[in-house]
Amino acid sequence: MKIAVCVKHVPEGAKRIDPETKRLDRSGEGALNPFDAHAVEEALRLKADTGEGEVVLVSLGPAKAQDALRKALAMGADRAVLVTDDAASGSDLVATSRVLAQVLARQNADLVLFGQQGNDSDGAVLWAAVADRLRLPMVSQAAEVTRADGSLRVKRQTEFGYDVIEAPLPAVVGVSDAINEPRYPSLKGIMGAKSKPQETLSLQDVDVSADTVGESGSKTEVLELKTPPSRGASRKIEDDGNAAQAIVDFLTEKRLI
Amino acid sequence: MATLVFLEHHGDELLKGGLGVLSKAASIGDEAAGVVVGSGVGALADVAGEFGAARVYVADAPELEAPLPQPRVDVLARIVEETNADAVLFANSVLAADTAAGLAARLDAGLNWDLVDIARRDGKLIGTRPALQDSIYADVGWTSTPQLALIRTGSFDPAATGGSAEVVDVDVRLEDFSTTARMIEQAHEESEGPSIEDADVVVAGGRGLGGPENFTLVEELAKALGGAVGATRAVVDAGWYPYSTQVGQTGRTVSPKLYVACGVSGAIQHKVGMQGSGVIVAINKDPHAPIFEFADLGVVGDIHQVVPKLTELVTQRKSG
Amino acid sequence: MRPADFPPPFRPDDYVGPPTDPEDERIDVGVLIVGAGPAGLGCAIRLGQLLEDAPDVRDRLGEVPIAVLEKGKTPGSHLVSGAVVNPRALRRLFRDRKRIDEMPFYGPVDHESVYMLTAKRALPIPTPPTMKNHGNYVASLSQLGRWLGEQAEEGGAMILPETSAVKLLVDGGRVRGVRTEDKGRGREAEPLGNFEPGADIVARVTVLAEGTQGHLTGVALDRFGLRGDSPQVWALGVKEVWKVAKPLDRVIHTMGWPLRPQAKYREFGGSFIYPMGEEMVTLGMVVGLDYRDVDLSVHDLLQELKTHPLVRRILEGGERVAWGAKTIPEGGFVSVPKQLHAPGLLLCGDGVGFVNVPALKGIHYAIESGSLAAEAAFGALSRGETPWRPGALAAYDDAVQQSFIWRDLREVRNMRQAFGRGFWLGGALAGVMTATRGHFPPGTTRTERDADQELVRSDRAGSYPAADGKLTFDKLSSVFAAGNRTRDDQPNHIVIRRDVPREIAELWERMCPAQVYEAGDDGISVTPSNCVQCGAITAKGGRLTPPEGGSGPEYTLT
Repeated sequence: MKIAVCVKHVPEGAKRIDPETKRLDRSGEGALNPFDAHAVEEALRLKADTGEGEVVLVSLGPAKAQDALRKALAMGADRAVLVTDDAASGSDLVATSRVLAQVLARQNADLVLFGQQGNDSDGAVLWAAVADRLRLPMVSQAAEVTRADGSLRVKRQTEFGYDVIEAPLPAVVGVSDAINEPRYPSLKGIMGAKSKPQETLSLQDVDVSADTVGESGSKTEVLELKTPPSRGASRKIEDDGNAAQAIVDFLTEKRLI
Repeated sequence: MATLVFLEHHGDELLKGGLGVLSKAASIGDEAAGVVVGSGVGALADVAGEFGAARVYVADAPELEAPLPQPRVDVLARIVEETNADAVLFANSVLAADTAAGLAARLDAGLNWDLVDIARRDGKLIGTRPALQDSIYADVGWTSTPQLALIRTGSFDPAATGGSAEVVDVDVRLEDFSTTARMIEQAHEESEGPSIEDADVVVAGGRGLGGPENFTLVEELAKALGGAVGATRAVVDAGWYPYSTQVGQTGRTVSPKLYVACGVSGAIQHKVGMQGSGVIVAINKDPHAPIFEFADLGVVGDIHQVVPKLTELVTQRKSG
Repeated sequence: MRPADFPPPFRPDDYVGPPTDPEDERIDVGVLIVGAGPAGLGCAIRLGQLLEDAPDVRDRLGEVPIAVLEKGKTPGSHLVSGAVVNPRALRRLFRDRKRIDEMPFYGPVDHESVYMLTAKRALPIPTPPTMKNHGNYVASLSQLGRWLGEQAEEGGAMILPETSAVKLLVDGGRVRGVRTEDKGRGREAEPLGNFEPGADIVARVTVLAEGTQGHLTGVALDRFGLRGDSPQVWALGVKEVWKVAKPLDRVIHTMGWPLRPQAKYREFGGSFIYPMGEEMVTLGMVVGLDYRDVDLSVHDLLQELKTHPLVRRILEGGERVAWGAKTIPEGGFVSVPKQLHAPGLLLCGDGVGFVNVPALKGIHYAIESGSLAAEAAFGALSRGETPWRPGALAAYDDAVQQSFIWRDLREVRNMRQAFGRGFWLGGALAGVMTATRGHFPPGTTRTERDADQELVRSDRAGSYPAADGKLTFDKLSSVFAAGNRTRDDQPNHIVIRRDVPREIAELWERMCPAQVYEAGDDGISVTPSNCVQCGAITAKGGRLTPPEGGSGPEYTLT
């Protein structure tokens, strides 16, 4: 089974938004989005179960995203494809999904996996946009994935509990971070990763026109940054035996009970 | 402005998240229409009218029975096309998020997510999106129509206006690929209590409890308030409570309507995991605990005195 | 009472042994360097240069001629320093390859001031000759480390990050390599679902460049009986980086307040305030760990320092953007190991105490010693010698002794000890030592172990300012600012006695800048996941061992 895993390079450590560009400052150190490690782990597990196949990493990001990809290669993925192009920076959901769908279409994978969310933008929807562009069945919030004869059985967690959904392959699946515990790369894995194929492509290489991605191809914009509303005056009282009543009164006033 | 609001249902009820968004859309002057998608859902349309919908589009077909997103993308795309809607709003949920993103790709439409507020400014729709653990807010907009938005859970309360809506039946035509994922077994039962991330109320215990045995105080209060139990890193580290309940930078991030912190000092690691909470009540015997700086109501007192009494009062009130 | 009366249950022998992996599963490299700091990377870069010109030697070293282990996420993740760098060693290392203006410096030092502080005032004093910084460059060592890491990789070294070296592999009296730490163990050391066992890495030559309080360096010194005549002593440095409203135009050092001059407290140290370009300032407080007051907290002294009018003015309108803490070996010449090599093993950098305390410099010694270690290793390998023959690596000791490292350290060998006699007398003695270029006093003065100091108690903590979250911060906010992402449920890596008297427990609680320890009624509780691996506990009666690789702080600006 050939499995493509979409992964993202995210800024590491304390994050800040650049007041000029109003975008997340991505200039510092980066790392593999920790949620994506679960998708990589699941891909490796499925590959091992079937005993054959390939795990391909697909990413859109800055050139230094190669480091994040190497971490996933060290876990055991076979190769990586990175689309990097200055014109693509600032891409929103519509633009990002366009590029990824274009790359994935060429990879012809049986299964495309995504991690639960980006820990930078808290975005948790990319798989659905990519699946629609690829016209493939999609299941998200997967807590368990099993393969059976050309199809996939997915246990999906929602607000109401667990569903079981079956989808024919090829399919797109977003996995939750509860699905597995990502493995640590072994030392041999880390050493081996340095010689695994890492392909770098431009937008032109994947036939995406520059004006349909990046800021010009995006349909959303950040207008202004603000400080969050203050929480209002905070009140502090000493317990004189009536504090419990005071809390109840407060909660009643706030319509919380 | 013509605005569509996706109204998700579970069983025989429309979810209040969607109704809250509907009420909000109506309140900012939009001509708000609800969209109900499912099988045998005609009766739900009437409810939508009470919460501000001028019109309700109903897509009713057996293939729409299961709460799966892809057929809903087909339905919504068609309604947007036919009505020329300016905006489509969703209250966040697993189903809504997937539907919204699929629709964004289908229509090449902008999607802003995790909004805590929306407004019209000079006729233009503006969303408010917290970022970086809610430490900064951004005003976000759209550069084309339709404008798609996912609203953070609990941002808007439904407001019943008592109106009634015109019901429009939608012709259901689905893409081939949209129906290939099939529901084999749908979740029916409610889980044992709300999970900590979804709960409206979280009662958290910290080291100020004094010992693991005192977590029963927290559990009882949580039960009385209908909430989930959370714990701080110190407490989890000490083995008093499981890691799955840890709130904070290295644990869960929660934003319930009410957060009650019992014996929690309010270290920054903890704060980033719960500062998005609606109302924060803190009980701690240390008057210098940092949590008092951002609690809406702080009580300097003994957990063992205050919490059991509070549980008793809340229980009385709820039963009476 | 002394911390040394409660030694940690730590046996160096537990961390030495022969390889245990089957021979065909061991990872075989040419030269193994432990630690991607200035010393280790200096070594890797120099070795890369030498092997480039000697392909036959390189081929003999196998698929991976140079490997560098780093316990942090990336080179630089665990590096903290002032830092004003003397460029001498970098110039030598990159001769004809890189110019100073291609290195990540914030510019040369143009102006400098030294102040004697009182609580309200700052009295300018002439810059002591040892502290003159003209011709030196301001840097973030964390950033310099990342850059050196890139240079090392370009030169053919393989850097293996997130990998702790926990055991020294010694077989038949020779060092064979190291064993790396297991990953994925739970609190009680039980293997978790994603358990990944460590691996034996074997090499022709192993270079320990672990920096201050190096775990295996300590183990090796004991195993091969290499400890110097005088024990090593340390200082604890705590620093912050601020984004500031107006640029600082000079390098500042302060002495005096908030430290107390009386000999009975043994508070030796001072502060530094350096510009990092136009927009940032780095400032820190360094205090010798031979201090005696139970309530002394370097973290809180730094907070107190920031309330001084001189410092407050510099930070006004600014914002703290980074924080870090680290120990600094201060024993100097008298504490350097008797021998810097053992069969198959070379030791360099801060790990063996190459720091010039009066000059506040160590980075260039680290780079130089790493570079000399590379030359010694290469010499033995290119002669086709077995590097584990006793004495095969002795050329390294000779080279160090003929280098500026030795000359510099020798000259100032007695200064640090003088300050144990109180600030004023110490200062006077240091002046004489400088004037005579180290000829007075003849001979050497011994150091005393930090953990051997009798504890005293005063109202030290009374003056620490409360954290306001703007100018002053509590320890947990600082740990947060360090980017610490240690997995909460891993085994405790800090070896201490738990049944210590209250006084010792409180000493550790105050001392630790990262709030790892909490004194309680029945001993002490430990939160190892807060640890930023500064090493202070090892100086003051405990023992730091490396946690799971990738744990700890994520420094980027320090």
